[in-house]
Amino acid sequence: MKIPKQIIDELISHAIAEAPLEACGYLAGKDGTITKAYKMTNTDQSNIHFSFAPEEQFRVVKAARKEGTDLIAVYHSHPETPARPSKEDIRLAHDPCVSYVIVSLAEGNNVIKSFKINGETVAVEPIEII
Amino acid sequence: MKLKINGKTEDATEGIRLTDLIVQRGVESPEMVSIELNGEILEKDGIDAVILKENDELEFLYFMGGGAK
Repeated sequence: MKIPKQIIDELISHAIAEAPLEACGYLAGKDGTITKAYKMTNTDQSNIHFSFAPEEQFRVVKAARKEGTDLIAVYHSHPETPARPSKEDIRLAHDPCVSYVIVSLAEGNNVIKSFKINGETVAVEPIEII
Repeated sequence: MKLKINGKTEDATEGIRLTDLIVQRGVESPEMVSIELNGEILEKDGIDAVILKENDELEFLYFMGGGAK
């Protein structure tokens, strides 16, 4: 997946702004290249969990479609833990078609990694910063 | 009949039940899917009763969530 540096910076800024709560959102783009981040409301307002609101999801799905883009990835932050899917992330990764991007702020390091999750199978997906 | 599903026009059996359409489409974890019909989000317990009609517009999306632990 290719992500412009500017969007990488947006994701980190979003994660920092929401900390200690988890930040979350969608990444939209075309042909594997991200062109826009959609910040979403974490309805759980939690530092260890996030959920999207379906009403907001439907709005964003339609907005992305209108712009001719696909929702390629879902991102969320781990304010205090590493950038790897937790058991809960894997359990709730129902859509095998999207990528799951995690922004970790753990121990003062800003780390972003992407994963494909299909059932219990987790594969790291390379991110190319452009 | 024609339905618009996730923004694309598709053919469907006349008078098909929404639950049958979900099965036909091979939706994985259907209990974790939110459905919007003609701009209205359907309640989970209301899905069984829905019979689709010509030109209905449907949106399916997966619940998204996770946790750090």
